[in-house]
Amino acid sequence: MALKHKSIPDVATVKEELLKKYPTKVARKRAKQIVINDVKDGDVVPEVQANVRTTPGIITMRGCTYAGCKGVILGPTRDIVNITHGPIGCGFYSWLTRRNQTKAPLESSENFMPYAFSTDMQDEDIIFGGEKKLIAAIQEAYDTFHPKAIAIFATCPVGLIGDDIHAVARKMKEKLGINIFAFSCEGYKGVSQSAGHHIANNQIFTHVVGEDDTPRLGEYKINMLGEYNIGGDAFELERVLEKCGITLVSTFSGNSTYEHFATAHQADLNAVMCHRSINYVAEMMETKYGIPWIKVNFIGAESSAKSLRKIAQYFGDKKLIDRVEEVIAEEMPAVHAALEDVKPFTEGKTAMLFVGGSRAHHYQDLFTEMGMKTIAAGYEFAHRDDYEGRKVMPTIKVDADSRNIEEIEVTPDSTRFVPRKSDEDLKRLAEEGFTFKDYEGMMPQMESNTLVIDDLNQYEADKLIELLKPDVFCAGIKEKFSVQKMGVPMKQLHSYDYGGPYAGFRGAVNFYVEIKRLVTSKVWNDLKAPWEENPELSATYVWE
Amino acid sequence: MLLRHTPAEIRERSALNINPAKTCQPIGAMYAGLGIKGCLPHSHGSQGCCAYHRSTLTRHYKEPVSAATSSFTEGASVFGGQANLLQAIENIFSVYEPEIITVHTTCLSETIGDDLNQIVDKAVKEGKVPAGKQVIFASTPSYVGSHVTGFSNMVKGMVKCLAVASGKKNGKVNIIPGWVEPADMEEIKRIAGMIGVSFTMFPDTSGVLNGPLTGEYHMFPDAGTPAEDIRAAGDAIGTLALGEWCSADAARTLDAQCKVPCRVLDLPIGLKATDRFIDALRTVAGTSVPDTVNFERGQLIDVISDYHQYFFGKKVALVGDPDQLIALTEFLLTLDMQPVHVVTGTPGKKFEARIRELCAGKGFDVNVRAAGDMFLLHQWIKNQPVDLIMGNTYCKYIARDEDIPYVRFGFPIMDRVGHQYFPVTGYKGGIRLMEKILGVLLDRADRDAPEEKFELVY
Repeated sequence: MALKHKSIPDVATVKEELLKKYPTKVARKRAKQIVINDVKDGDVVPEVQANVRTTPGIITMRGCTYAGCKGVILGPTRDIVNITHGPIGCGFYSWLTRRNQTKAPLESSENFMPYAFSTDMQDEDIIFGGEKKLIAAIQEAYDTFHPKAIAIFATCPVGLIGDDIHAVARKMKEKLGINIFAFSCEGYKGVSQSAGHHIANNQIFTHVVGEDDTPRLGEYKINMLGEYNIGGDAFELERVLEKCGITLVSTFSGNSTYEHFATAHQADLNAVMCHRSINYVAEMMETKYGIPWIKVNFIGAESSAKSLRKIAQYFGDKKLIDRVEEVIAEEMPAVHAALEDVKPFTEGKTAMLFVGGSRAHHYQDLFTEMGMKTIAAGYEFAHRDDYEGRKVMPTIKVDADSRNIEEIEVTPDSTRFVPRKSDEDLKRLAEEGFTFKDYEGMMPQMESNTLVIDDLNQYEADKLIELLKPDVFCAGIKEKFSVQKMGVPMKQLHSYDYGGPYAGFRGAVNFYVEIKRLVTSKVWNDLKAPWEENPELSATYVWE
Repeated sequence: MLLRHTPAEIRERSALNINPAKTCQPIGAMYAGLGIKGCLPHSHGSQGCCAYHRSTLTRHYKEPVSAATSSFTEGASVFGGQANLLQAIENIFSVYEPEIITVHTTCLSETIGDDLNQIVDKAVKEGKVPAGKQVIFASTPSYVGSHVTGFSNMVKGMVKCLAVASGKKNGKVNIIPGWVEPADMEEIKRIAGMIGVSFTMFPDTSGVLNGPLTGEYHMFPDAGTPAEDIRAAGDAIGTLALGEWCSADAARTLDAQCKVPCRVLDLPIGLKATDRFIDALRTVAGTSVPDTVNFERGQLIDVISDYHQYFFGKKVALVGDPDQLIALTEFLLTLDMQPVHVVTGTPGKKFEARIRELCAGKGFDVNVRAAGDMFLLHQWIKNQPVDLIMGNTYCKYIARDEDIPYVRFGFPIMDRVGHQYFPVTGYKGGIRLMEKILGVLLDRADRDAPEEKFELVY
């Protein structure tokens, strides 16, 4: 590889180098977001500034609130007609580009995911208001498709011109007799996609969760929250959970349907994968319906096993506990065989992960399993609790950008609030060391003297690669090709480079094989032509 | 079925766009900006716009696409984006050090009424633009026109902000290539070079969005049109604008601004349009067309005649952008194919008129729609089946559901390689288009032929 055989500077020097070129104000801000990890007793880690505005002009990896709301949370649900209210772009760019797979069981089942619906606002709509067009669009969608639900998503100009999309939703809901609800997810709200997740959580909780009391039967009923079925991850989890005998009431929102959301209040446990994007729904379901939540992680074979055991421990039923052990015992041999094959190629290599609000943490487990070290990591849109653990939540200052995002008041449901565990059960679980609503964050798991960088930008990414020469760099599509131009293999952890699944046991095997492919690919050795390797003409050509 | 909810019955819609055949202005402006040497495009709006445009261009090119954003928050949306843009300009020149920034607006900054002229002027006065560097701009509201309009507006912005008439002609011809691929820009330059025309082409993304992998990353590759060449476009003897929709506005602005006369031609896709382009080139250059060009033209004619039987009478559905579709329709008619359904998402009745005019008297009725969408195209196909679909990557959902041969053409192509490297313009581009069309049509014949009718030779 082109960048090999250079000395590696220490992390303090790297931090200094990253900040050197910035104007003073920018440097001061970034210094708080670029942190040298230092894990002390009790998992105490340094404070990292997160969930703050990106400085204008800095080439950020972040997107917007609309992307977080329509693209991430609601995108993977197949039977809701999602109408983007705005000029055409937002609807176009979020059309099938997130790789949320879905499997409609029958040819007659509804699946609107291959469609993009937009009000395609024109200048007259901006000037005179777009409500009329939105009403007409909902009517046309209803007339053509007769869906069971329609969702409306606001784009930037909608909030500015003052279209009341919620009033339109109420009016059309009454007129058409189907559920219609709206999201005020204008792109300028908040500082990143994160605000959009929150807005999506609020509205899906308010308008859909608990709408259907038709009993969902089964043993050990759980919801999987924050799993979006990129590359079929949710399919793998469905397979594993079914094998264990655990009933999956709903997934928020990979491979999901309206009915799954509407009946989600009947689950007895919420298992949270991506804490950042979905913890609001978990909290609200606990308050309203009494469903406790736990943090799980199904990225990494060991982590998957640990998460299954945690779910079994929660239910505390010997039948389930034994079955989970059987399943883990059945799944692990293939994992170990794959590791044996890849480890000679991956052991001792280094990775950098800059993605999302949970993946930069979760995927470290897979790299650890392969014997690789994560030397730098960070999130695009996470908050301090995702870095330092939920224990810091009381100390997080709420700034103006976060205050603009509605916190909804939730109270226990008068008839449907049911505590899932008795006080004795809770005491027993506590004695066993079982923790609820606990997320320890990314940093305690990372080694000291590694770099933790929030909202990494293009300049810093280039510098990091130049200085630390990782063997693999993980981020998204916008970062992919500049990294590879430098001769460093890049793995997309949003789209998985069109591979996957990487969750669960089979997913772990897929990921090991993929990383082996990346670090052993011969292309990285062919960057220089023979005449570039030896530019001096040292001999005459020898003919046969 | 992927598009299982698309009914054959067509209901006119006035409000709901389903499966768009266009996207918004700013992405076109970003693409155009990348065709200036040392340029960092800048999106004056919220972060999502820039992220979406960069992602889409990256998926299409598999190349780094750098661009910055004003990162609007709620406050900026209320109080105006001036402070954000001033700060952005300062940071961009300090951190990324481009030669030039092309700023385009978004629906957000347009709705609140930010005045780029005034803000950029302020940036210059406050010394935020280093000596010898430039900030140019274009207004690209997403709620007017389409991505095509945005490209056109940014090219016009280049002329407005840069081109100057010194009073002395430089003997060069400006070529505005329109929204074509880097490979096409390269091909257009090659053709102009063969004719012997002294020219400036702008914008020029060749070498920017199809660069090599060398182990080194340069945010600003050694490619693109230098800003000083666009400045000197005001001294040219004339401008050839390729494509009424993407290039004409800039050419006419240059005429008004610097008295550089222009001629608007179709994109040189296919035999006839390439003929007209070359005829125009040799006329302005005052040269005769060299035999090498006649040789390439002859090769194209040769392939048409060799394979005419497989083109003849085949029905085609087309979706894409106006300039491309006009030239492609003409080429398919040259091949005696029948482009029976033609849809663009870009509004403009003159598009429909031009397609009708091209298809008039050719023995079939054409369905044509501007400001249409791919849902409508799919419904047309259900009602009147075709032998071939040509359009961007989203067409593959229709092609699979209806089991119709399909050639990727236009923007974006996110699932195949080739458009970055091989042109569809010029005579050689015509041969490539035929190769692609014949490939899918004959593969289909091979797949479907009964064993006794299976052919070895075509």
